[in-house]
Amino acid sequence: MIDENVEMIARLGAELLRSRVKIENGTARIDAEGLHYRHLNTLLRTANGNGVNKIEIHNVYGQRYIGTGLDGNIEVDIFGTPGNDLGAFMNGGSISVYGNAQDGSGNTMNTGLIVVHGHAGDITGYSMRGGKIFVRDDVGYRAGIHMKEYQNARPSMVIGGGARDFLGEYMAGGVVAVLGLNSQNDECLKAKFVGTGMHGGVIYVRGEMANLGKEVEAMNVDESDLDLIRSLVKEFCDYFRFDFHEVMRREFTKIVPVSHRPYGRVYAY
Amino acid sequence: MKIKSYLSPEYIVHRNQDRCIRCKVCVKQCTYETHYFDAEDDVVYSREENCTNCQRCVVFCPTRSITIRKNAYAYRENVNWTYEAIGDLKKQAETGGVILTGMGCDKPYLSYWDRLLLNASQVTNPSIDPLREPMEIVTYLGAKPDKLELEMEGEDVILKTKLAPQLRLETPILFSAISYGAVSLNVHESLARAASEFGTLFNTGEGGLDPRLYQYGDHAIVQVASGRFGVHPDYLDNGAAIEIKIGQGAKPGIGGHLPGEKVSQDIARTRMIPIGTDALSPAPQHDIYSIEDLRQLIYALKEATDYIKPVSVKIAAVHNSAAIASGMIRAGADIIALDGVRGATGAAPKIIRDNVGIPVEMAIASVDQRLREEGIRNKASIVAAGGIKSSAEVVKAIALGADAVYIATAALVAIGCTVCQKCHIGKCPWGIATTDPWISKRINPDIASKRLVNLLRGWSMEIKEIMGGMGINAIESLRGNRLHLRGVGLTDTELRILGVKMAGD
Repeated sequence: MIDENVEMIARLGAELLRSRVKIENGTARIDAEGLHYRHLNTLLRTANGNGVNKIEIHNVYGQRYIGTGLDGNIEVDIFGTPGNDLGAFMNGGSISVYGNAQDGSGNTMNTGLIVVHGHAGDITGYSMRGGKIFVRDDVGYRAGIHMKEYQNARPSMVIGGGARDFLGEYMAGGVVAVLGLNSQNDECLKAKFVGTGMHGGVIYVRGEMANLGKEVEAMNVDESDLDLIRSLVKEFCDYFRFDFHEVMRREFTKIVPVSHRPYGRVYAY
Repeated sequence: MKIKSYLSPEYIVHRNQDRCIRCKVCVKQCTYETHYFDAEDDVVYSREENCTNCQRCVVFCPTRSITIRKNAYAYRENVNWTYEAIGDLKKQAETGGVILTGMGCDKPYLSYWDRLLLNASQVTNPSIDPLREPMEIVTYLGAKPDKLELEMEGEDVILKTKLAPQLRLETPILFSAISYGAVSLNVHESLARAASEFGTLFNTGEGGLDPRLYQYGDHAIVQVASGRFGVHPDYLDNGAAIEIKIGQGAKPGIGGHLPGEKVSQDIARTRMIPIGTDALSPAPQHDIYSIEDLRQLIYALKEATDYIKPVSVKIAAVHNSAAIASGMIRAGADIIALDGVRGATGAAPKIIRDNVGIPVEMAIASVDQRLREEGIRNKASIVAAGGIKSSAEVVKAIALGADAVYIATAALVAIGCTVCQKCHIGKCPWGIATTDPWISKRINPDIASKRLVNLLRGWSMEIKEIMGGMGINAIESLRGNRLHLRGVGLTDTELRILGVKMAGD
């Protein structure tokens, strides 16, 4: 379908740039008020290519695909609520959200960093292949579904609050950590079918998650697990100003796949 | 504890001992270890229960000593309790598992191609001679504009309307999605080279694209499936178009399946999963639960690639394909790929392959008709897939409403496949449906790509011959032109849905 906005953008062009973007000391400041996502992303891409090392986007109100395919070393700060697929197919750079994110943040992320100073929605980190996502509060359903890894490309996702059902569904690699820092009686750790279909990777839980998928089991963490947990928690605490020792005081458990071939017995050849 | 198998062998291996020269080619070529040489007896014997009738030993035996015969009287003849029905039941009783199989549905009564006949010009208008006159079969896939705005600049006509991105095909035939993992890198390379040489495109399938094939990116349609295997920015940038796989004809409604046996070192690296694990793509794409979500993914991909590539959406042909196709176009798809019930696969539950989905002939006709009625047929191209095996079927598919046709089984048959339906085991003796590095060497991309180019050339010439006989010289005159088709042995309902008259009418 020929996009109806193509002509609009061509018409607005230079006028749009002048009215919405201010560049000062290597930082571009974009006012996204009432801006269609297509215009906003064009502005973002244009600014990224032009010697700017930081981009601030203000008045973000649900625009989708912000930072899709982002690459380079650019830092993007988002003020407001970005829409779905934030940083989808991201390939570098970092995105910080000062607000809540919606569904699909970091969808099929290749590398880069996403930091959400709030909560994120469903399928956060769907099919991540690398990079890192830090969420201060909760995430929705199916966070980290089908995360993958290969050698050095190992994605990680740290969730400060809790997650909903199907966390880490079908994971083939990568690291997810759930800290449960924002609830009193571990309400946030009551997700069901956690790690269903998992055949690689690991989920660390500060505390315990009991409703696990049948392909995984909970185990105690060992020293090398703790090293990894400490480095992730340290980074988390730096971003969100939590106390590292407070967080590390509680015991962690880990959820790992029982077999790397959980469906080997289901099929007859 | 292994239960004793009550299954009797499906095939009997007969060896003419007079002709056999004990060269042991059959012993070496068979990857299922069917044949073995007994040095003491100086005889080659066969373990018939392993034979899959792939014909490799038959073709390579230098003295043509081997014949493979169906074990016809294994059970008493019974149209209901066939050998297959009984055999599958016993296998399930022994394993308690879901029976897997490969390739496409082989059951009768599901094809309409052979009940559709083509027109030819006689007297009322002349045939056109394809050998001596130009015959246009170049096809463009992509969204076409609602109208064209032209402007005169002196003597020149300038096109003002901005066109959506298009794919140019020298012939209305593309290579359909065959994943790297289902087949070896050598097969992927052969498809890539043949597509590049002939001027069409191949589809990477859902296993990603090995970087060694990036040089053929201009002729690649890169697929994004529910497992998102191999999907990263270079992959998306490399392709000429991106295809979102919602489903495939061989297993509508369920996800892709690559058995652990076929997940080798290279596959583990491309797909980023552990070696030896089953790569089971989830059934839905978990970010697409509705038609609105599909629009979201289409535009996410367009944003990620700056709107310069067409985005295709592939669905299996199912009951309400027409309504789905309408929704897909309104969601932003530039190309719609319809995969019928005869579509093939490297591995699928047999029960799904044989029972789920509808014939692509019906799907093309109903989708084309619905889109025309809604006035949106121009907004996307239709590519038909699902067991298309001859140039006549290509012509019939286009007459029913498709813009082009995807072939996969036909392409593999061209390079050696004999459709023995054992792809899921991963030991294909022809070196096609395997990722074993030694067995894969049996496919030489230099030779295989040549065979594929030959296939495309032969079919393209046949298409031109048929078109000339019909009295048309451009593929546009054929597209959706049901008047060039007549049906035989079809009911009134079938004729109505296909939009075709009865022969003689």
